[in-house]
Amino acid sequence: MHIPDGFLDAKTAVATGGLAVAGLGVSLHHVRRRLPRRKIPMLGLAAAFVFAAQMLNFPVAGGTSGHLIGGVLTAVLLGPSAAVIVLTSVLIVQCFVFADGGVTALGANIFNMGIIGGVGGYAIYRAVSRMFSGTRGLVMAAVFAAWCSTVVAAISCAGQLALSGTVAWSIAFPAMANVHMLIGIGEGFITALVIVAILRARPELLEQTTSNTTTPAYGPVLVFGLLISFGLALFVAPFACSWPDGLDKVAKTLGFEHRAVEAALVHSPIADYQLPGISSAAVATSLAGVIGTIVVFILAFLLARVLVPKPAPDSH
Amino acid sequence: MRHDFLDHHSRLDSPVHRLSAEAKLFAALALILATVLTPFVAPLFFATLAVFLIAVALASRIPPGFLIKRLLLLEPLVLGMALLAWLQPNGGLVFARIIVKSTLCLFTMILLSNTTPFSELLGALRRIRFPALMITTLALMYRYLSVLVDETERMQRARASRTFTGRRSHVWRSLGTVIGQLFIRSTERAERIYAAMCARGWK
Repeated sequence: MHIPDGFLDAKTAVATGGLAVAGLGVSLHHVRRRLPRRKIPMLGLAAAFVFAAQMLNFPVAGGTSGHLIGGVLTAVLLGPSAAVIVLTSVLIVQCFVFADGGVTALGANIFNMGIIGGVGGYAIYRAVSRMFSGTRGLVMAAVFAAWCSTVVAAISCAGQLALSGTVAWSIAFPAMANVHMLIGIGEGFITALVIVAILRARPELLEQTTSNTTTPAYGPVLVFGLLISFGLALFVAPFACSWPDGLDKVAKTLGFEHRAVEAALVHSPIADYQLPGISSAAVATSLAGVIGTIVVFILAFLLARVLVPKPAPDSH
Repeated sequence: MRHDFLDHHSRLDSPVHRLSAEAKLFAALALILATVLTPFVAPLFFATLAVFLIAVALASRIPPGFLIKRLLLLEPLVLGMALLAWLQPNGGLVFARIIVKSTLCLFTMILLSNTTPFSELLGALRRIRFPALMITTLALMYRYLSVLVDETERMQRARASRTFTGRRSHVWRSLGTVIGQLFIRSTERAERIYAAMCARGWK
């Protein structure tokens, strides 16, 4: 999902850059105030850990292999603000040392993988782990959050490519979303297995971030929420107008229909009516996404029951 | 340490290597911006840029085979996404634009990372007031990257020598354990590093 240079136009690069800088700024501020000093080296080591973990491939169907992205895993292990710093560091080193991911696309990559993948995924993780208590709830929440954040990050990436006029939404959205619905299953699975392995060996490492006793800091929550909604409104909502009537109605009730029409007039060199086959692919993808979400939620529930044999007696 | 895959040739000696890190960083960023922003109607500009980059590459005395290999290694990542652009009507031109621009940017970044040690880049970032916490994190990450990659490979080798790679579910589970162990070892290493940093007067 690393966007190289040359795929984003100036307005998209500036917009994503602004969102990334704001997100990183909030994270740095929050971490400086909240993180104990003895934990500071852990940020660098965690970044090296994510990088090393990304080098381990797991088998996917058909002889291909995938690797961990690690957004939700990092956020669960270290907390969302630290995760943004860690994932940003990974992306900077990948960009400047390995030329993987573009400099002008660094903002977009940080927004997609760090802020949506890390913070957005963590929000889903917290919401689900509150609904289902105990270690099973934890594992289930991690699977579901990892899947969701992978798919949403891919959709955001597709939106950025479409907004730049590089790849039409009717192609980018089905391609990115469908592929990442599959990748997301691997991501969720491996995230859960790693969390279970850590819980078995050193459960106290997970305690500080997984206990519900700590009060969340409302400032960062608010800013991150705003950043993510603003980004999605900017990159994804403009294209919602090419979706069927039902979604139009949703857009109208949510109030971003006006923006959607405007943006579509500015951009969209290829209107969807020229590509009936592909536009229905976008509809099918949305449908698959809805079904996929439900299926993965159930899958996560079952997986948690398999991986965590009996409810932990000391669950909090 | 077996993993000198990082900035392999960044410590060679050549006119390009002797330039200051700031100069190279800003030159690379300016070149990339120019490449990305120039409309794809001026082939002469892109040709000139390519010739300039090749000249820099030759002056830097990095083995050309290494540079070509790096470029070919990274090109599939660009191609994969660019193929999506080709699928749309009139996508051929967009495809050509993306490939030319991305390849030039890739080449610029490969040259930058192989002529400038990462620590000097970090020094340049520090001087332009990049947040100190980010610099510390990046420096530590860079320092321990090869250590952790080595450690990962040792664990993989140890696992491979003790188990038969059989069922797929087993592969998944052991991968989870390896990554989990890697995190635990990173945490313990970070604690030792903190103690060492304090012992040396870090504040």
